[in-house]
Amino acid sequence: MSRPAQAAPAGRAGPRPGRTGPWGRALRALRGLRVRLVVGFALVAAVSALGTGLLAFREARTGVLQQSQDVVIKQFRDSVDALTRGVRASPTQRELQSLVDAVAGAHQSQGWQVLATYEGLRAASGSAETFGRLSRELREAVAERPAAVFQRVDAGGRPYLVVGLPVVYGSGRGGTVLSGLACYLVVAQDTEQAYVTAIIAAVEHATLSALGGAVVLALLAARGVLRPVRALRGATRRMAEGHLDVRLTVHGSDELADLSRSFNDTAAALEQSVAELRRLEAQARRFAADVSHELRTPLAAMAAVTDVLDEEAPRLDGRTGDAVRLISEETARLSRLVNDLMEMSRFDAGAAVLALDEFDVAESLRHTLAARGWGDLVETRLPPPGAARARLDPRRLDVVVANLVGNALRHGAPPVRLSLGTRQDPTEGAWLIIEVTDEGPGIPEAALPHIFERFYKADATRARSESSGLGLAIAAENVHLHGGRVRAANRPGGGTAFSVELPVRRA
Amino acid sequence: MPRVLLVEDDPAVRKGVQLALGHQGHEVSPAATGEEGLALLPSFRPDVVVLDLMLPGLSGLDVCRHIRERDQVPIIIVTARGDDVDVVVGLEAGADDYVVKPVRARVLDARIRAVLRRLAPSAAEGVRPRPETHGTLTIDRTGLVVTHEGRQVPLAPSELRLLLTLSASPGQVLSRQQLLEAVWEHSYHGDIRLVDACVKRLRSKLGEAARYVHTVRGFGYCFRAA
Repeated sequence: MSRPAQAAPAGRAGPRPGRTGPWGRALRALRGLRVRLVVGFALVAAVSALGTGLLAFREARTGVLQQSQDVVIKQFRDSVDALTRGVRASPTQRELQSLVDAVAGAHQSQGWQVLATYEGLRAASGSAETFGRLSRELREAVAERPAAVFQRVDAGGRPYLVVGLPVVYGSGRGGTVLSGLACYLVVAQDTEQAYVTAIIAAVEHATLSALGGAVVLALLAARGVLRPVRALRGATRRMAEGHLDVRLTVHGSDELADLSRSFNDTAAALEQSVAELRRLEAQARRFAADVSHELRTPLAAMAAVTDVLDEEAPRLDGRTGDAVRLISEETARLSRLVNDLMEMSRFDAGAAVLALDEFDVAESLRHTLAARGWGDLVETRLPPPGAARARLDPRRLDVVVANLVGNALRHGAPPVRLSLGTRQDPTEGAWLIIEVTDEGPGIPEAALPHIFERFYKADATRARSESSGLGLAIAAENVHLHGGRVRAANRPGGGTAFSVELPVRRA
Repeated sequence: MPRVLLVEDDPAVRKGVQLALGHQGHEVSPAATGEEGLALLPSFRPDVVVLDLMLPGLSGLDVCRHIRERDQVPIIIVTARGDDVDVVVGLEAGADDYVVKPVRARVLDARIRAVLRRLAPSAAEGVRPRPETHGTLTIDRTGLVVTHEGRQVPLAPSELRLLLTLSASPGQVLSRQQLLEAVWEHSYHGDIRLVDACVKRLRSKLGEAARYVHTVRGFGYCFRAA
């Protein structure tokens, strides 16, 4: 039953060099529906063909052999009866020999080898070796019973029919009396053997044809079943890749067609709800962008005059002065918030682009600290000039570092440290590693995964702060825009560590 | 007292900026549309134009281009969106600097003064009264006149100061950050696109001599005649 197993991998799952390994794929193909169908069909076909063949074979073989042996025995008996009539009750060796020769001579064309025994005498029509073909049981049976005995023997690959015929006296009322004379016939059964061989060959042919037909039918059936299954699999994969508009063509009205139809319905429903979600999300984002944009114009007018207010405030009396200062401060805060919101909207809209330049990153970090007056508040561990050059957007790097250091200064405890290093990755090339650490209480573990989310506040009591609540989110977006990674973690010894990895990308 | 032409369509913003700049000691002439601004230009003869990019009718970019066709007056564009594309297009249209709304009066004032300083001969350059020649280019640092093969090259203030800065030490490479600080008086982390856009404009105006301004990949720019 090795044919179906060989036929199976000849399908689409043929050996292909790949990372999954040809063996695994072949194994999977062997357990596949196609192989199972082919094996099933082939088994059924083989069992029925062989069963029918064997039954027919047995009947035919029996019939052929029975008929031929009946004919042979009858002819032998007739010959022996006719020729023993003139032989004396106790024949001499010569008489015995002439009897044998006469019987054999009468059937020369049939290739009879005739033997005769009488007490100690033996005669054979051919060579005396023929006696070797007479088995002991046969001779004993002939000696004891007054009936013809036959046996099929196989000598040197050729089948022989051996017939033993005891010669009896009279068959009257007194019963038969064994004369002691026994004749034997040894005849090759080549013709019969050829018949039997032909029957076997016919059965073999029939079985093989049935097997072949079964395999073809199984493959056809498998194809009929597998085509929709494969289409379904492909469609599911495409859907997983995000192509929600994928649909199947439905043929017929069987269970597979039903399955395809319900797949289509599910896909349509999914597509619709995803489209709805996307629409809502886009609407929400556009709304945020529109709001920030609309806020910007009145804010522009207010921001323009805050400096006038700041300068006039000291000259105004207490309460009015305080009110004016409050308006000025909150206008500045509102400006920062709106600016951050606008920045976020640009990231959402995919409108943020990198203005890349190659520069000394250590120098850039020093400038970031100096520009905000943090030079004395932050401990730095930076490489010497020229040691860490990279191709980045300097303005965005400034935003990233300022947001992380600002966050550490506000929420962490001193000393705040800023370090810069490089890492050589064998596959990804060189990376810059910027780390900002503090010695504060750290961030609650539950808050860590959300720390870069918009307006996320790790500590509910710290509702008000200098930042807009978008600082870390903007930092993360800027890092991602560079193709980099940003991470926040609590340090084993206490405090928080923010680390930024950026690809160096030298020109 | 610097004379500022303010082109801004929103009345409140126009009023606020006028008020604030007046408070900083500027003489402000407001215009509500680009057309109005262009009409005011010859009579008012401003020292600097503050131009909103989002204008009804003639856009800020078009106004910028129209002004540059006949005038090298310093232009500072005000962008409402901080839109990256708008900024680059504005700078390439000939603006000298830009600010993003909402902007504090003090910041705008600082930018205006910085842009005006580009037109004043600096003390360091005063010691070289004679025009210098670099290939086919002649640079008069005192008179702030650049001529190429005898013809005067009309340069906007930023372009002029950029050329003066680069040519002050021929052969020396200056990074974008250094140029930002030297020409625009921006902080180290200013927008380097200002430099790139200005170099592009300068080259287009220098004609044959454009090749004297070299880009040094990964480092910045360098001036070298021949």
